[in-house]
Amino acid sequence: MEAAAIPISARIRERPSIWTQAPELARRSIKRTVRQPAAVIPATVFPLIMLAINSVGLKSATSLPGFPTNSYVTFALGFAFIQAGVFAVIGTGQNLAEDNQGGFFNRLQLTPLHPAALVAGQLAGTVALGLLQAATYISVGLLAGAQIEAGFAGALVMVLLAVCICLAFGSIGLAVGMRVDAPEKVQSLFPLIFVFLFMSSMSLPRNLIQTDWFREVATYNPVSYMIEGLRSLLITGWDGEALALGFGCALGILAIGLYFASTGLKERMART
Amino acid sequence: MRRYFSVAGGLAGRLLQSLISNPLLFLPPMLMPLFFFTAFAGGLSAVSNVPGFDYGPGYTSFIFAFVLCQSAAFGGVFSGFTIAADFQFGFGRRLLLATPHRSALVVGYGAVAVIRAAVTIAAVTLTGLIVGMNIGGSGLDLFGMYALAAIINLTGLLFAAGVALRFRSLQATPLMQVPVFLFLFLAPVYVPRELLGGWVHAIAPFNPATHVMETARDLIAGTGTDYLATLGTIVALLAVVTIFMFRGLRQAEAAG
Repeated sequence: MEAAAIPISARIRERPSIWTQAPELARRSIKRTVRQPAAVIPATVFPLIMLAINSVGLKSATSLPGFPTNSYVTFALGFAFIQAGVFAVIGTGQNLAEDNQGGFFNRLQLTPLHPAALVAGQLAGTVALGLLQAATYISVGLLAGAQIEAGFAGALVMVLLAVCICLAFGSIGLAVGMRVDAPEKVQSLFPLIFVFLFMSSMSLPRNLIQTDWFREVATYNPVSYMIEGLRSLLITGWDGEALALGFGCALGILAIGLYFASTGLKERMART
Repeated sequence: MRRYFSVAGGLAGRLLQSLISNPLLFLPPMLMPLFFFTAFAGGLSAVSNVPGFDYGPGYTSFIFAFVLCQSAAFGGVFSGFTIAADFQFGFGRRLLLATPHRSALVVGYGAVAVIRAAVTIAAVTLTGLIVGMNIGGSGLDLFGMYALAAIINLTGLLFAAGVALRFRSLQATPLMQVPVFLFLFLAPVYVPRELLGGWVHAIAPFNPATHVMETARDLIAGTGTDYLATLGTIVALLAVVTIFMFRGLRQAEAAG
């Protein structure tokens, strides 16, 4: 009864700020991620399995002239972070699609929710998972004999870059999740993301890729620069150019992903 | 017997119809081996310069053997996904009620698994030939190689069907996919067995996928191979997964 007595304009003024809304949605997103071990465990363990297999399967590649290190596990560690990004696309997109399917999203639209809070909140789970994965990969990598040339500070920068990469891939999942109503449809993104992943310098440095067209594709593929940014901290030490390209590509994809996510959100709001 | 094949054919026809009408179900599993082939053959060809790498037809042909095994095995595994989905949504139970000989259902799913794998393998072979894959083997060698792929396909299907019939839920898909994936990747995928390092080198000789891949490589190269030992290994594996599948079928029947 009291609420009905308050004029509408006053109620709108009372709308909680984005700084109140975003943490609430972020908490939900993080809890939801933590409560899905079936999603978290494969997303964390699968890149480790690939790392374990590739580091011995391709160990002989370190004897190629010009290979930058004699430890393939050090070389391959960077790729584990990128694989984690792929799971960020699927995880974020599927969660949002489930929200669409279950009607949670439509109910949110009826509340005075700030669109930016919704986007930021949805990505919080992705950040949490990215942090867990980055810490796991660095720890397991070091135990397996990998070295971080840039030292402890380099490890921290790796975590930061890994989170940026997860956010970048997560924003793609968000953009797709805004536009679909079934989680299965997000799964169809998987092969497309795999193209970007595999057509990069993931297995060999670009200068050692012999097939011309493949080297060309890898050179234009932003995933190569994200891997090389991580790899520079592991193998070279502090390489400003590689880091700038790595962060630049991740933040560029994040900006594009967020743009398409926000336009998708507007379309969805209009439909609702 | 006629009724048996009528059931199998009817089920296969329905599955093919759903694959044709929904390409999203069919294309991703077909594209994955193509991506692996392109990425490994294109991105890793420098590995053929590693000292000790000695495979005449070249790196594209070397990787082709892996992708052939992958396409064949996963063609079967993806049919296992279909079985799990059918049982999860109740269609599988209705099929059990309507079928006097329940193994006809597995034959129906199997027929589609073979067609899926054949289409994928044809696409991979065509891609290989376009990018200049060398084939040194005779027609008989290639027939042997594709026959081997067919047995792997059947093995993948029966394994996945065994899991699907036990769990009757799509949540069991990782249990079908991951063991097959590990089976394949714990073989000499990128380099010959002699160049493998560490623990994979130690376990590769005990992995049937190693022998299948090596035989396929010998058949492509036409260098002669001890195919009887490989055939024995894969047939033994096929017998094990057949028992596994039938026991799964009994569990599905008992569950009603």
